[in-house]
Amino acid sequence: MLSINNVTKIYPSHSDSIPIVALDNVSFEINKKEFVSIVGKSGAGKTTLLRLILAEEKPTKGQIFFEDQDIQGIKKSQLPILRRRIGTVFQDYKLFPSKTTYGNIAYIMEIMGATDNEITRDVPQVLELVGLTARAHNFPEELSGGERQRAAIARALIHRPEIILADEPTGNLDPYHSFDVIQLLTKIYKLGTTVVLATHDKKLINSLGKRVITLDNGKKIKDEERGRFIL
Amino acid sequence: MFTTLKRVIQAGWTAFYRNAGLTLATIFIMAMVIFLITMLFLFNSVSNILISNIQKKVDISVYFKEDILSEDILTAKSEIAKIPEVKDIEYIPKEQALEKFIEKHRDEPVLMESLTEVGKNPFLASLNIKAWQASQYEQVTNFLENSSFNNLIEKVDYYQRKSVIDKVFSITSGINKAGIFSGLVLGIIAVLIAFNTIRIAIYNSSAEISTMRLVGASNWFIRGPFLIQGIIAGFLATLIVLLITFGLCYGLDPRLSIIAPEISSFGLFISNFWTLVLIQLAAGIGLGSISSLIAIRKYLKV
Repeated sequence: MLSINNVTKIYPSHSDSIPIVALDNVSFEINKKEFVSIVGKSGAGKTTLLRLILAEEKPTKGQIFFEDQDIQGIKKSQLPILRRRIGTVFQDYKLFPSKTTYGNIAYIMEIMGATDNEITRDVPQVLELVGLTARAHNFPEELSGGERQRAAIARALIHRPEIILADEPTGNLDPYHSFDVIQLLTKIYKLGTTVVLATHDKKLINSLGKRVITLDNGKKIKDEERGRFIL
Repeated sequence: MFTTLKRVIQAGWTAFYRNAGLTLATIFIMAMVIFLITMLFLFNSVSNILISNIQKKVDISVYFKEDILSEDILTAKSEIAKIPEVKDIEYIPKEQALEKFIEKHRDEPVLMESLTEVGKNPFLASLNIKAWQASQYEQVTNFLENSSFNNLIEKVDYYQRKSVIDKVFSITSGINKAGIFSGLVLGIIAVLIAFNTIRIAIYNSSAEISTMRLVGASNWFIRGPFLIQGIIAGFLATLIVLLITFGLCYGLDPRLSIIAPEISSFGLFISNFWTLVLIQLAAGIGLGSISSLIAIRKYLKV
């Protein structure tokens, strides 16, 4: 489904002449209906990798294929079509502050061109799935960290994307809420969606028992089925 | 398509009233710009009326020698009328010149007595010439001096009025130039201020715009609501300025007519109403929408 082929990403350094190598010749494949965790310390290249998959940035070298489509070859005007096939959960939630929880989730259906009936049918279902029915008409600033992250997950899955990219979804949460979010992602995975989880949360990864790709200093150092977070 | 349009308009309207503070600031700045443009337009109309009134009062007279026949003067008149610079030409025979003088000075016994003492009509037949513009009198005078009937002419009073005509010419062209220049400068400043206000309003939403891109919204779906907000702000600013202009023109009318009776500010407002509405709408909606489009561009690069 997702193919990362010898991807290198180098950022030019502004302070000195040594450029920053965020990813160094990374390759792996992710199959349909797989739950893959990408782990590593902060600065290992996890977020950069997800940004490249989302075509937010271009790799310095290498290619990324989504199905048979070379992501870097997609025209800017066609990018929204690719991104609608991907659900993204951001570490800082990136919820729209001017929209309610309901509005945040409905927005994705609106850009997909769903009818009003479809929106009023699906959004309450997803809100129920993430346990936010009572918070439907609250604005993000009125939600707790855990609720915000669940709202972000609801927004990422409302349009039934083929793959969900979750970038440090537990980064700002306490252990209780972190567990809650991981449970939710596992539930989505069991419903048939591919999930790519980037995290540095050792405990959570070790409790999952799923495929783990380990990055260190931009290099892939391990790729194990039923892996553990060992660095 | 219709659903998308409905959603874009709805989102624009919602954002418009939810960001009341910024929206009001934007409307205020835009209203100032539109007001300035309106005032420039009205000032231009008033100065045109004043200029044409001053120019109407400027003319030159060609006096013919005592014994010249009226047929010869009329031939000269038709020759002069052919010059493109001449707007109007009037033949004033000796008798008419005398009548005019008497009519004008009938209450001045000294002048009337002097006229009686002279014993005959002392006035000369003349042609009164009006050019289109004050600057053209010199060309008309040159034509007269080089014409075939130059020997019939006693005097041309251009040279006596030259300084007045030149002054009128320099004042009117000065007013025009100053009007255009100050209009341009003020216009550019005002547009920049309005653009900056809208830019700040959009900067406030920059993170949101980037997220919209990342979750798959098309550029037009993102731009649309901002465009609608710009249009609504422009429309409201236009409405406010139109009401202020109405009030000003109505209120100033009686005061202005004391200073310049030939100008009616309210009449000017009524006669130019649709032009004003069009200029204001074009300025308001154009400024609102174009500024929004330019300001949002850089956040759509994600």
